[in-house]
Amino acid sequence: MKGRGMNPRNLGFAALAVSAVALPAAVVASGQSVPPATLQPASTFASIADPGARSAAIFTEMGKVLTHPRCLNCHPRTDRPTQGDAMALHEPPVTRGNAKGEGAPGLQCSTCHGPRNVAFANGTGSIPGHPLWHLAPASMAWQGKSLREICEQLKDRTRNGGKTLAQIHEHNASDTLVGWGWNPGPGRTPAPGTQAQFGALTKAWIDSGAKCPA
Amino acid sequence: MTTSFQLNGKPAAFDGDPETPLLWVLRDHLGLTGTKYGCGVAQCGACTVHLDGKNRRSCVTPVGMVAGKAVTTIEGVAGKTAEAVKAAWVAIDVPQCGFCQSGQVMSAIGLLTAKPRPSDTDIDNAMAGNICRCATYVRIRQAIKDAAGVKGARA
Repeated sequence: MKGRGMNPRNLGFAALAVSAVALPAAVVASGQSVPPATLQPASTFASIADPGARSAAIFTEMGKVLTHPRCLNCHPRTDRPTQGDAMALHEPPVTRGNAKGEGAPGLQCSTCHGPRNVAFANGTGSIPGHPLWHLAPASMAWQGKSLREICEQLKDRTRNGGKTLAQIHEHNASDTLVGWGWNPGPGRTPAPGTQAQFGALTKAWIDSGAKCPA
Repeated sequence: MTTSFQLNGKPAAFDGDPETPLLWVLRDHLGLTGTKYGCGVAQCGACTVHLDGKNRRSCVTPVGMVAGKAVTTIEGVAGKTAEAVKAAWVAIDVPQCGFCQSGQVMSAIGLLTAKPRPSDTDIDNAMAGNICRCATYVRIRQAIKDAAGVKGARA
């Protein structure tokens, strides 16, 4: 097996070049992550007698995932995503591009993001990846919204891509790009709990009336 | 483990760790040093190559990821669009120090392949990931327009 180290003879100019590149703090300081948070199961909320209040409480628990940087970063308020646990503006300054949110011609998401996470070869951290890496539709922007607003948006078929509640459950429970949130690669805090727990909470929320928190 | 792929239209192979960055393989193992190492974290664009015809940062591309695919570097890029970009670059002497330029050229060709007559916004969006420490951005924009035959708008 041949090593991964780069030949120093080819690095003569690299040190100069990298000094001219202002690396964002979210990339440079991405080596450390805090322990992932947990999700409470739907049974935790069974003691809430009022179905509407119980449903809203379950959605509030789901909100730990929905408002986590792993989700919010690609549900931006503008056409530019954010990145990292600090949710800094994405560098380089990419834009939504086509209707699928795959980036602009010449600088698509896939220019940098591959089909899986890739650890940086020259230091700590990684670049995230998934075969379908793209932004959420502009109609599903979550950044800057309250949990109630996100909840109402999630149920609104004119904004959620025409999804039924059953399809939202399937999306939350099984979609592999959603699932990336729990496998974000070195340097990023995973979303709370597990995707299975998030899916179970989603089902319990729907089964209890899909009510939104105040 | 051997990774086989097409490189500049010819079969190529790398015998080693499939996690080795494509950039390392191109420069250190296959001797193609036209593609540059700038940052190693997909932040500067100096390492841009084409993967199956689209722009791709080779520093964050494990070579195993290109198995069976077509990689094109600055040494091998060819065709009408590439020739137009090359001529435009030479005509107005775009480079200053030149270090970033192979990445700039590859990104420009990738843009024009996807969008033959780009607007200023298209150029901004496509080239935002290619940094030039000499700030040749004005000439880069002009060369892209010249290659595309686009007149007017801001330089």
